Amino acid sequence: MNDALLNIENLSVNYGDFIAVEDASLTVEGGQIISLIGLNGAGKTTLVSSVMGLTKQKSGKVYFDGSDISNLPTDKIVARGLSLIPQGGRCFNRMSVQDNLLMGSFPKSARKGAKETLSHIYELFPVLKDKMRDPAGSLSGGQRQMVAIGRALMARPKCLIFDEISLGLSPSVIKDIYNCIKMINETDKTAVILIEQDTQRALKMSDVFYVMLKGKTVLSGKSADVDADSLKEAYFGM
Amino acid sequence: MYILQTIINGLLLGGYYALIGIGMTLILGIVKLTNLAHGEFVIIGAYMASVITTQFGIDPILSLVISVPLMFLIGFVLQYVLIGNAMKKGPEPALLVTFGLSIIIMDALRMGFTVNEKSIATPYSTKSITIGGISISVLNLVLLAISLISILLLTVFLSRSYVGRAIRATADDAQAAALSGVNIKKVYAVAMGVSMASAAVAGLCVGMKSTFNPTSGGAYLSTAFVVVVIGGMGSIPGTLIAGFIFGLAQVIGGASYGQLISYIMLLAVLVFKPRGILGK
Repeated sequence: MNDALLNIENLSVNYGDFIAVEDASLTVEGGQIISLIGLNGAGKTTLVSSVMGLTKQKSGKVYFDGSDISNLPTDKIVARGLSLIPQGGRCFNRMSVQDNLLMGSFPKSARKGAKETLSHIYELFPVLKDKMRDPAGSLSGGQRQMVAIGRALMARPKCLIFDEISLGLSPSVIKDIYNCIKMINETDKTAVILIEQDTQRALKMSDVFYVMLKGKTVLSGKSADVDADSLKEAYFGM
Repeated sequence: MYILQTIINGLLLGGYYALIGIGMTLILGIVKLTNLAHGEFVIIGAYMASVITTQFGIDPILSLVISVPLMFLIGFVLQYVLIGNAMKKGPEPALLVTFGLSIIIMDALRMGFTVNEKSIATPYSTKSITIGGISISVLNLVLLAISLISILLLTVFLSRSYVGRAIRATADDAQAAALSGVNIKKVYAVAMGVSMASAAVAGLCVGMKSTFNPTSGGAYLSTAFVVVVIGGMGSIPGTLIAGFIFGLAQVIGGASYGQLISYIMLLAVLVFKPRGILGK
C-alpha cells in the first residue's frame, strides 16, 4: 500500500446480475484534482457511491488516509474526511439554508469550530448568507448546489467528490462554481474528484484524469499531456 | 352560551388528541413507517403511569420522570434490534412486525394486569372552575397543559439540537443525511424512542381521562390515525391543528356521533386534501 490519500483497488459492484463496476482502480494524492470522465452509464456514479458505502461493494478494496474503508457505513466514511456531493446536490429542501449547512457539521470532529467554518462558507457564497433563513427548496438550482457544496465543506473533508455538479446549470453559474472548487482546492489543500460530462472543462481543471467505460477504468494519465486520439478511443471504446 | 361551552370543551381536548397522534406522525414522517402498535404503546404508557403512581404513592404527573426515559429506551431498542432489521426487507415486513407487536403487547398486558378496567385517579378528576358562566374541567385544563408543553419540548428538540436537526434531515432525504455523516439506523431508533416517550405522556393522559384495559389500544390507534392523516402525515403543526379539529368533532358529535364525524372528516381529507389540511 502506498501513501496516497484515496486508493481504490480493483473495485467491483453488481446490481443483481448486471456488472456496474468491474475491477476499477483509482488513486488520489493529497491536494490533487482528479477528473473522472466517461459516457452515461459507464459506472462513474456507481463507483463513487460504492466508495461512500451507499452501494455494496462486491470485491476490491478502498483505502482512505491510511486505513481500509471498504464497505464501511457511510457516516463513518464521512467522519474520516471523505465527502460526496451527489448529483443534483440533494439539499434538505424543507430545512433552512443555515440548517442545511449546520447538518454538514454533524460528525463530532466537525462540531468544534463549526461557527468559524460556517462564516467561512458565507464568505465563499455571500448569497447564502442573505438567504440563510429561507428553505433550501425555494432557492435556484445554482444556489442549491452552493448549499450542497457548503454542507459538504462544513465537515472539513480531506477529499471532496463532486458528481456532475454542473448538471442543469447555466454557463455563468458553472464558471462561478468551478472557480470556487479551485479556491477550495488551493486554500484548504482539499483533494477533489470531479465527475463531469464536459470533458474539456474537466481536463482543464484537473491534474490527473481517469476514463471509465463499461464499468472499467480504461485510461488514466496527466491531464496536461492527454492524447486526443487515445482519449477518444478510451471514451467511446473504439 | 351552549355553543361557546361546546367549543371550549372541544378545544381543551385538542391538545390531548394531538398528543395521542404525535408519536405516530413522527414515525410516519421520519421512518416512513405506519406503526400499527402505536395504540398499544399508549396503553403501555397508561399502565406504566398507573403502576408507578400506586407503587410510589406520588402524583400521577410525577410518574413521567420514570416512564418517559424508560419508554424512550424501549422504543430505541425495539427499532434498533427488531423493526430496523425488518425494514431492510422492505416496508411490508416492518408493517407486519408492528402489527405483531401490537398483538404481543396486548396479550402480555392481559397476562400481567387481567382484563379489568383501570384508571388513574387524580385529586382534580372531578373538579371544575366556572368563568363567566362557562364551566371548565380542571382535568381537561391539566391535559391541555401537559400536551402543549410536551409538543413544545418536542418542537424545540427537533429544531435546535444536533440530533433533532439530523432527524429532520433524515425525514427529508435519508441518503443525503447519511452523506452528511448521520447514522440513519440510530436516528430511526432515536425517533422511535421519542415516539414511545410521547406515548408515555399520552398514556398518562389517557389513564387520567378515562378507563383503559389491555385491549383499549385499538381505539387510540384509530384516533392517532385520523389525527395524523388530517394533520398531513408527518407535520407537527398540522397534527396540533388536527387534534383541535378532532376534539371539536368529538364534543359536537357526542358519544353517538363523535367517531362518525371524525371518520367522515378522515375520508374527506383523503379525497380532497390528501396531503393534510396544511399540505399544498
